Amino acid sequence: MAEERLNAIGKLLARQGILIAFVVFMIGFALLNDRFLAVDNVLGVVRSSAILGVMALGVTFVVISGNLDLSVGSMMSFSTIVVLDLHDKIGPELAIPAMFAMTMALGGFIGVLVGYFKLNSLIVTLGMLSAIHGLTLTYSGGKNMDIADKEGTWFSVIGQGSVLGVPVPIVVFLGLACLLAILLAKTPFGRKVYAVGGNGVAATFSGIRRPRVVLMTYLISSFCVAMAGLLQASRSMGSQNTVGQGLELEVLAAIILGGASLLGGSGTVFKTLIGVLILGFIQNGLLLVGLEFYVQYVVTWLIIILAVWLDIAAKRGRLLSPIA
Amino acid sequence: MRTQSPALRLEDIVKTFPGVRALDGVSFEVQPGEVHALLGENGAGKSTLMKVLAGMHQPDEGRIYIGGRQVTMKTPLEAKAEGVVLIHQELSLAEELSAAENIYLGELPRKRFGLVDRQTLLAKAGAILERLKCGFGPEVTVGDLSIANKQMVEIARALTVDAKTVVFDEPTASLTDAEKVVLFDIIRDLKDRGVGIVYISHRMEEIFTISDRISVLRDGSYRGTLITADTNEDEVTQLMIGRSLDLTRNHEPANLGAIALEVKALCCGSLFHDVSFKVHSGEVVGFYGLVGAGRTEIAETLFGLRTPSSGAICLEGKEVTISSPVSAIENGISLVPENRKEQGLVLGMNCRDNITLPQVSDLTAGPFVSDGAEIAIFDHYRDKLEIKTPNWRQLVGNLSGGNQQKIVIGKWLSMHPKVLIVDEPTRGIDVGSKSEIHKLIRDLARQGYAVIVISSEMPEVMHVSDRIIAMYQGRIMREFTSEEVTEDNLVQAISGIVANGDRAA
Repeated sequence: MAEERLNAIGKLLARQGILIAFVVFMIGFALLNDRFLAVDNVLGVVRSSAILGVMALGVTFVVISGNLDLSVGSMMSFSTIVVLDLHDKIGPELAIPAMFAMTMALGGFIGVLVGYFKLNSLIVTLGMLSAIHGLTLTYSGGKNMDIADKEGTWFSVIGQGSVLGVPVPIVVFLGLACLLAILLAKTPFGRKVYAVGGNGVAATFSGIRRPRVVLMTYLISSFCVAMAGLLQASRSMGSQNTVGQGLELEVLAAIILGGASLLGGSGTVFKTLIGVLILGFIQNGLLLVGLEFYVQYVVTWLIIILAVWLDIAAKRGRLLSPIA
Repeated sequence: MRTQSPALRLEDIVKTFPGVRALDGVSFEVQPGEVHALLGENGAGKSTLMKVLAGMHQPDEGRIYIGGRQVTMKTPLEAKAEGVVLIHQELSLAEELSAAENIYLGELPRKRFGLVDRQTLLAKAGAILERLKCGFGPEVTVGDLSIANKQMVEIARALTVDAKTVVFDEPTASLTDAEKVVLFDIIRDLKDRGVGIVYISHRMEEIFTISDRISVLRDGSYRGTLITADTNEDEVTQLMIGRSLDLTRNHEPANLGAIALEVKALCCGSLFHDVSFKVHSGEVVGFYGLVGAGRTEIAETLFGLRTPSSGAICLEGKEVTISSPVSAIENGISLVPENRKEQGLVLGMNCRDNITLPQVSDLTAGPFVSDGAEIAIFDHYRDKLEIKTPNWRQLVGNLSGGNQQKIVIGKWLSMHPKVLIVDEPTRGIDVGSKSEIHKLIRDLARQGYAVIVISSEMPEVMHVSDRIIAMYQGRIMREFTSEEVTEDNLVQAISGIVANGDRAA
């Protein structure tokens, strides 16, 4: 009964509901399609999740500190286009750091607006989503960007190569995840991110420089976006202006699936990693069982609603509540 | 005494939550036309009992009678239909709507096409407001009203149903003295109409002013009912905490060291003017005054949250500039803020991390936070302040108010401050933990800390301070030693009446 308080099993279900649902999904897909759990399919899913995953890692910091970043999709398009364009102009050795600097300048700009000017992050990053898109189109003149001599450069190694049989994007994704997990869980900076997101006023009253922490989270986020743009550019060696479009919502979906609160103060890098993989496997599974690609948009949305609902239900101890 | 059946009667109510027996066989009744005060420390079960009454919780055992008839109330709506109305501590009004709309929210009079019948609405709401002798009309936007008047709107809402029992949950928490008088008039008026009133409050003097009987809960169980006219505060307190509370004046001789803090002619815009005082190490200086007298603002200025417009702050004889909390902390000033949950703690963080938060950057081994150093600090202050928590991993939000406050105090003691400012040390803390915090403040002075205590409670300020500074409208009116101070001269000073009887400018 919805009105009754949840019993112990109900609470476990609610708290771990997403993981349980994930396992059910996995078993179901595995039964429906024997290729689903094959090594090459699993590696394929992780690899195709890597770009989204790298972005989600960075945005995790922003979300834990109590803010949002909706600009990462269009920022990723920007990074991709810039690095492809500069590749032919100044060579990959200079193009990559130049692209990182430009992307992180954008992140720093957002960080200053949200951290020091204390503007609402939703408004700022929604505006930046559009502004950066405009910037990208202006930069490219609206044309697609391609590397002219695709064979004569080492640039493709980042997106297409492999280390000891493991594709480089997976190495980058998991390596960055480890680094950022340590940064968040083990350093004073990570602690401050949680404090600022958990209660910004109390953090200020404890002598934490809140604007500086917020700025840092956006710099980390934009660093990750630059990394994702690099992986994307190197994988495809050419790109449209809109390659990152819509990724901001998938990033948030992965973070929410992982169990972080959009109100800030909770979440971990590991949880985001799980969220990214859940999203990746579910989308892959839907394709393998023969559903049309576009169905995944609807299913992804349904899963997010389910995740948020279970999360709230676990917090208030019942599935439906007369009070919010 | 009375022969009619009680307006409301609860018998042997039991309510358990996982791991807690929140109500353990509580019985309670209100007669029509009676004000029955319900008292108990935080966690004694008052709010659970009220939620049972309001249909928000279902009791596991026990019976509820209204007017002699047994009832079950499964939702707040059913409770309202039975004539039980709860006036919440936190008001639940729609700020953007008019008083009339708020009063009839959910049952607005309709005309054709489901549109709101504005004329009927205003007429009906106006009549109720008039009956309550409110000084405002039904059209006024609720957001523009004072807190007391908002409460009137809540009460008016209660009167739209034929309320047989009205429950007031800490109604005076944010009212001024004048507004309290109005509220009490209304309660007496309801009483004259034969409505049964349940009055929940922490404030003794109010309970003795307004109530006919007092019932006390402790640890979820019923401890007894006293007739207000035949009892006194001591007896009630004993029933509440099982012993009496010592709130006598501080007689301990001050053990003064050097001057730790000297403030010279400090001004901050219109908030406070020409404030000068000294605090010695080993001394507790109390700041007493009405809300808005500028006490908290002085604390915030000393802690770098506000910029003074003129004047000087000297620490151990050296003038310092404090531009931010960071520089206040560097200079050895710590602030236990007024609002524990909003300013003092990250409720979703564990006990250890809250205590070490201001110094986490310094507790490192290489680039990482040192677990061992943090736990050592936590253990030290848990023992020193007797913080009751199963372990350091416990989230601060799960602790009682008293223990939360000790976490905030521990956090700042761990910074070894020269000056410790404590703003409203026991706000929202139950009576038992109150005396522990008071004892703690005295202990700190004995250990040589310079302590500033800001409080709105006169017994508290008199109990802990070596000296008391009385403020009125942003100015220091008078300084008292603990020998000079009396309730009378203190009240005069904070009301702007100086010692010789002249009214201050």
